[in-house]
Amino acid sequence: MSKLHVSTTVNGDAVEYLCDPRETLLDCLRDKLNLTGAKEGCGTGDCGACSVTVDGRLVCSCLMLGVEAEGKQIETVEGIADGDVLHPLQQKMIEYAALQCGICTPGILVAAKSLLEKNPNPTEEETRYWLAGNLCRCTGYDKIIRAVMDTAAELREAS
Amino acid sequence: MALDDRKSDFTFVGTRPNRPDGLDKVTGRAKFGADISAPGMLHGAVLRSPHAHARIVKIDASKAEAHKDVKAIVTRADFADVPFRPGLEGEFYNVLENVMAGEKALYDGHAVAAVAATSALAARDALKLIEVEYEVLPHVTDVDKAMTPDAPVIREGAADYSVPEGMHPNVVRYHESGHGDVEAGFADADLVIEDSFVTEATHQGYIEPHACLGMLGNDGKGELWCTTQGHWIAQKTCAALLGIETSQLRVTASEIGGGFGGKTTVFIEPVALALSRKANRPVKVVMTRSEVFRATGPTSSASMDVKIGMKKDGTISAAQGVFRLQGGAFPGAPGDMTAMCAFAPYNLNNVKQIGYDVMSNRPKQAAYRAPGAPMGAFAVESVIDELCNKLGLDPVDVRLKNAAHEGTKASYGPTYERIGLVETLEAAKAHPHYAAPLKPGQGRGISCGFWFNHGGETSVSLALSEDGSAQLMVGTPDIGGSRASMALMAAEVLGIAYENIRVTVADTATLGYNDVSHGSRVTYASGLATIKAAKHAVEKLCERAAAKWGIPVDAVKWENGCAVPSGPNAGDFDPMPLADITADMGSTGGPISGHFEATPEGAGVSFGTHIVDAEVDPETGKTSVTRYTVIQDAGKAIHPTYVEGQFQGGAAQGIGWALNEEYVYGEDGRLQNSIFLDYRIPVASDLPMIDTVIVEVPNPGHPFGVRGVGETGIVPPLAAIANAVSNAAGVRMKQLPMSPPRILAALKDNG
Repeated sequence: MSKLHVSTTVNGDAVEYLCDPRETLLDCLRDKLNLTGAKEGCGTGDCGACSVTVDGRLVCSCLMLGVEAEGKQIETVEGIADGDVLHPLQQKMIEYAALQCGICTPGILVAAKSLLEKNPNPTEEETRYWLAGNLCRCTGYDKIIRAVMDTAAELREAS
Repeated sequence: MALDDRKSDFTFVGTRPNRPDGLDKVTGRAKFGADISAPGMLHGAVLRSPHAHARIVKIDASKAEAHKDVKAIVTRADFADVPFRPGLEGEFYNVLENVMAGEKALYDGHAVAAVAATSALAARDALKLIEVEYEVLPHVTDVDKAMTPDAPVIREGAADYSVPEGMHPNVVRYHESGHGDVEAGFADADLVIEDSFVTEATHQGYIEPHACLGMLGNDGKGELWCTTQGHWIAQKTCAALLGIETSQLRVTASEIGGGFGGKTTVFIEPVALALSRKANRPVKVVMTRSEVFRATGPTSSASMDVKIGMKKDGTISAAQGVFRLQGGAFPGAPGDMTAMCAFAPYNLNNVKQIGYDVMSNRPKQAAYRAPGAPMGAFAVESVIDELCNKLGLDPVDVRLKNAAHEGTKASYGPTYERIGLVETLEAAKAHPHYAAPLKPGQGRGISCGFWFNHGGETSVSLALSEDGSAQLMVGTPDIGGSRASMALMAAEVLGIAYENIRVTVADTATLGYNDVSHGSRVTYASGLATIKAAKHAVEKLCERAAAKWGIPVDAVKWENGCAVPSGPNAGDFDPMPLADITADMGSTGGPISGHFEATPEGAGVSFGTHIVDAEVDPETGKTSVTRYTVIQDAGKAIHPTYVEGQFQGGAAQGIGWALNEEYVYGEDGRLQNSIFLDYRIPVASDLPMIDTVIVEVPNPGHPFGVRGVGETGIVPPLAAIANAVSNAAGVRMKQLPMSPPRILAALKDNG
């Protein structure tokens, strides 16, 4: 099967790749663009470790084909920090020890950032339901939820 | 180490700094197993048996071999001829059989062949070109059925010496221990309850699938990158399975995306190396989630009978348990561990426990956080709860009355040193959670739990740099923030800032042997080794200072990061900071490093007590955990936030095990739920906040008093939740998981 040419934008950079029509966006990000921050935990859209945003919408990049990225704006975990300044979510995740192994962290960060952009003042229940698509096996979610809610509070104060 | 050598005043230990690898982990730059590639790399894929039990008659790979994208195909013939020995004596043989099937496929998902091709898609496509002829055999996937006389034999001769004569060949190990006279004890009881319990197999459920990159030349020299809890065991095992010298294979551990015991052995690593040797190119293999479920370490399922006698005042007069564990198609199910841990929290005059390790046509079980202990605790603590209910006794008071303490002869033999069970129970009794009123439809459950903890072979090296900073090399993969605790312990001894210590998980070529990150051993054993290595470096620092001052070395002591003169003949000198000594160390005697290589043996057992509130919806059978409190003895919490994290994580995994998670096998012996959609682990909206109380009863076997905390936290939850659910629903739940259909059925049976 011949490969298809894709032009897209990832974290603000114009990029191009050739991909097999069967390859997922996650495969393309990881194997063609060397953006290995998004992880494949399941390949079936159940774990959220591959979370990215496409034109502002939170998606599992394992459920989207690489060719579907044509002309889109994609944001990954690698684009969350502003240069060498961490996003407050990233800072809080570290401070709260909201990660143990860290494999789910990129997906949690992308999903949590998406939550706070839509809802700057989420309740604990809203935060838990929004992040229900991001599996973490280490933490029991307690510190993750606290980190996200504290970030939200801090961002509200700053704005 | 002697008790009087133990430190109790700390500068760094007990603080909560950010972890050293935090930045890497929140920016996506941390490299996990699948995040690496190499020039000329091929991609491997594994063909797996669709049958639970089948003789492999013939493998025809000719069509795959002819494909232009395929560069190598391996089957069992491409591995070393590892000798078969009974039981776990032949563990290399067992691992080889599991890594690549020999004469028979032993479970659904068992590897039978593998290919390396120029792309991951091409490798998966090529699998479809391999033709395997199977002769399907009768199978058994249930532990009780696997012990019956007409059950199919998984492997003749697998049982070791421990198994009594006359048992089915699928029973491969037998354990019996205890003391006193249980029959006399039961006769002495005011109430005896005997019941049977079942737990299903669960998976560790780490979010990162197994992944590796292997390169092996025909000169017998190789490199392996893999996600593992222990790269020395990967080195040793891969070398044995490939017939090369251990030292010729250098293994580097990637960042690890969870393990919980499931990454303490090898699966695809020897396959990648065998493919590489054949193709003469690096080969990367990454499992799919379905492969992880079908072919890697679930925990054992268990069938258990427990009988406990109690007096009216709550004293346990006798306790007896029979624990049958199914560990898949290989020896190794921890029936002995289940038996030994089951009654370990209690001070018993009469106790007897029996454990069976039984084979069936399921994947080879792997360790899962306190392997074997949670199941036994479920059965035992359920019976104790029922006794408390029937006798009208408070469940914490009864446990306090029977709790083991320093000097108690443990149910499994030894006499306890200083332990903290009583302290956890007292903390439970004093906790606001225990006194909080319950709403209608809610129930409260209590359980204690025990785990041995482990020391293990450990090597650590610490090197000082000219500028006064330190690099610490440990050999235990950092699975949950251990770099932070290691740096804290090194900072405590050296007296330099936490931030000035760089902790690296060294590869197998850089450091001596290290046992796996398991057995809750890392903070204990690598921590002890770090402290000793740092002290070793401090001795040298004192020697250099003494030489500079021209005084005897025993007139120099180390305080707050400086050499200081000490004693009447030391003279009057200003403190000499570490950086002043390292600045010219090249000309004062050479580089300064500290080392430690040994097998620490004072791990110190650990206990916990959990309090759970649960609410059961009688219409749907759905259980909600409404409040959860973990109380556990950490000995000394080096980084308390990460200790809390271990407590919370253990509880969350226990909630999944108790309520949702189970391996479901069809009549055909195939796993029915091999993706996260169908094997549902707890998600954020399933759980409450998990409160924690860190009890600190110092471990006499560690210089700072550390006890491992990783595993004990998963021991009490199954029982504590079952007790809460049973009290809420008004019916005793004896089978896990307590999924909605099981709860509805129990409610219906109860009328």
